[in-house]
Amino acid sequence: MRQVIGSGTPQDKAPWREAVARILSRHGNERGELIPILQNVQAELDYLHREALEEVARALRLSMHDVYGVATFYAQFRFSPPGRHKVRACLGTACHVRGGDDVMAALERRLGIRHGETTKDGEFSLERVACMGCCALAPVMVVGDEVSGRCTPSKVDEILARYGGGD
Amino acid sequence: MEADYWKRGAERWKALLESDVPVIYVGAASCGRAAGAAKVEEAVRAKLGDLSPTARVVEVGCIGPCCLEPLVYVQRPGKAPIVYGDQSPETVAVVLESVLSKGDLLMDKALGVLSEGAQDGIPSFYEHPMLKPQTRLVLRNCGIIDPVEIDHYFAREGYLGLKRALSMSPEEVVEEVRASGLRGRGGAGFPTSQKWTFCRKAQGDPKYLICNADEGDPGAFMNRSLLEGDPHAVLEGMLVAAYAIGASHGYIYIRDEYPLAIERLSHALQRMREHGLLGQKVMGTGFDFDITIKRGAGAFVCGEETALMASIEGRRGMPRPRPPFPAQKGLWGKPTVINNVETLGTLPNIMRMGGAAYAGRGSEKAKGTKTFSLVGKVKRTGLIEVPFGTPLRKIIFDIGGGILNDRGFKAIQSGGPSGGCIPASMVDLEVDYERLTQAGSIMGSGGLVVMDEDTCMVDVAHYFLTFTQNESCGKCSPCRIGTRRMLEILERIKKGVGEEQDMQRLTEIAQTVKDGSLCGLGQTAPNPVLTTLRYFHDEYEEHIRDGRCRAKVCKDLFHYEIDPEKCIGCQICFKKCPVSAISGKPKGAHTIDQARCVKCGLCYQSCPPKAKAVKRADNGPDEVKG
Repeated sequence: MRQVIGSGTPQDKAPWREAVARILSRHGNERGELIPILQNVQAELDYLHREALEEVARALRLSMHDVYGVATFYAQFRFSPPGRHKVRACLGTACHVRGGDDVMAALERRLGIRHGETTKDGEFSLERVACMGCCALAPVMVVGDEVSGRCTPSKVDEILARYGGGD
Repeated sequence: MEADYWKRGAERWKALLESDVPVIYVGAASCGRAAGAAKVEEAVRAKLGDLSPTARVVEVGCIGPCCLEPLVYVQRPGKAPIVYGDQSPETVAVVLESVLSKGDLLMDKALGVLSEGAQDGIPSFYEHPMLKPQTRLVLRNCGIIDPVEIDHYFAREGYLGLKRALSMSPEEVVEEVRASGLRGRGGAGFPTSQKWTFCRKAQGDPKYLICNADEGDPGAFMNRSLLEGDPHAVLEGMLVAAYAIGASHGYIYIRDEYPLAIERLSHALQRMREHGLLGQKVMGTGFDFDITIKRGAGAFVCGEETALMASIEGRRGMPRPRPPFPAQKGLWGKPTVINNVETLGTLPNIMRMGGAAYAGRGSEKAKGTKTFSLVGKVKRTGLIEVPFGTPLRKIIFDIGGGILNDRGFKAIQSGGPSGGCIPASMVDLEVDYERLTQAGSIMGSGGLVVMDEDTCMVDVAHYFLTFTQNESCGKCSPCRIGTRRMLEILERIKKGVGEEQDMQRLTEIAQTVKDGSLCGLGQTAPNPVLTTLRYFHDEYEEHIRDGRCRAKVCKDLFHYEIDPEKCIGCQICFKKCPVSAISGKPKGAHTIDQARCVKCGLCYQSCPPKAKAVKRADNGPDEVKG
């Protein structure tokens, strides 16, 4: 299930408002800019919190439920803070037939969380993706921007250890 | 003025190929990077610092054999580049040292040379078993040129197709494309010229062109590779299409999961502007055209035309009924053509060589070539391009080199979640739109996933339905509810608690979803279920009647056990087991506590080949089911 809106609150007031204002001034206020604006806001703030969405809605003269409706439709948008390291396991077809589920299971076991969750210390969050387009190297997992191919449950341990996690 | 572009391109390209210092090419597309190309490139630069500080390093896209990544080609002065595969920072240092300073070409490691003929006893790379059966038209520049160098593209006759198109009337361009027999490469295979004609004739201004780069099918990456390796080919195609339909603005709708492709496209658009290929008066003619990149936000349904347009308009990406078709009422209510990346990437070839010449390849009903991503349980995985009408056997066994670990070939899946599984008995099927449809599958965008005897077909159907059920936008009930009900049935079959009537139920719901859904997502979602029911009926029956999964994939239907006769007590599995389910003393036989076991398979994978003591055994119908 998707996260309920407003479950994360902005830590500190000024910086995020400036970031959102900067993004809004760059994009103008056409409806067609809504998704690019949300993408850039998330890139800056790591997730979309209620106050930021309200700013966007105001600027584009849209209702809050319209903006929220669009944001929740797309899998890319998050409504609570992600972990410091974003771990993604690919569950595309090629990864599936080559053991992607076992990689995901190993990640869940090692991190002690289910996909869609963040570890208590805020270090790791785990997501599933439908396909990274590196199918020839299946199964694939990603930590941050680092893509690793030909993964196995044992390789998961090695990779997580590099980021200080896994036990 | 423009004539200089090709002249300068040719000069710069020649200077690279005939460089008097060594040139090292690194395959640095996403697939290469996932295999570790970045670290290899670092090692190349470090090693060259010692060996040949003036040598050049060039990043190229993907030439296709992803299974051999990371690929490095070493070009010595006056010689064609030699291709080395499977490189690591350590091995590449050895290769550079040997080839550049010792004159030892490491014949056993060289995969081939990038030239038409052999060189120094090394055969042409194009004679490699994976490349030889291919016809590379769309992919002709991928892995060969530096994708950030527009001059390389000019040197390879880039933008000559556009030049020719702009010297013709738009009607003549449409006619040329009609003569080529080009059909949409995104899935349905609708004739491109016909789509264009509808839009040309439609009332409304402005008209829009959209490049659909929302390559959402899991298991498919043809579009990504093309955009990363040769972005100008697609952009040139966009200009040709826009000119033909009379569009003044274009959008590229691309998945956000493809950051490198987006970077390459943005860079290419910049170069085009500098060269007068974008904006006002393209190539000095009266044709104005500009392109905006729109990043998708992670919704599979946005690959569907009307949903895609809704997404560009900043709304929820939900499809709407057609008609009106986008060609009449599309983006913001204006006439719009949506073409797939590969369709557009084919246009420069057609305009350059002429429609009739292009139509000389392919099958009776499908002309030209098609790119496929060949993945799954096949020895040589990667990006390939073959003429339509090529038999599956040639693709799987000649190009792909057969099944991984020489297991038995069971099926090949085409068309992603919208496609179906074609059984091994139909391996001589010649691939084109109609033949795949007759077999119950679809061409789709070109993902081919090979499955062996260790793949469970019920699990495959379940996998795809999990995907489509999750991605269903929920607007129409046949898709929203139907996929959910089918998934529930498949879940219980996988658990071994299916009922005799379940196969009949699945067929009935599948038909309803097919007939009643609003868009292509729902209309095709049942295909994986229907084809597996049609060709692998016995596997469903085994799951339901005997509680048996012959491929040992469905975790509730099998367990791991250790053969006490064979166990050598090495304790590897004991140490690996993540849940401490294995007990046993060194050198003594080990046992698995079934209640604790999570069936991760680590013991099975890590048991030394000399012992092979860990086995997967059927649960049988009477045992407790998960």
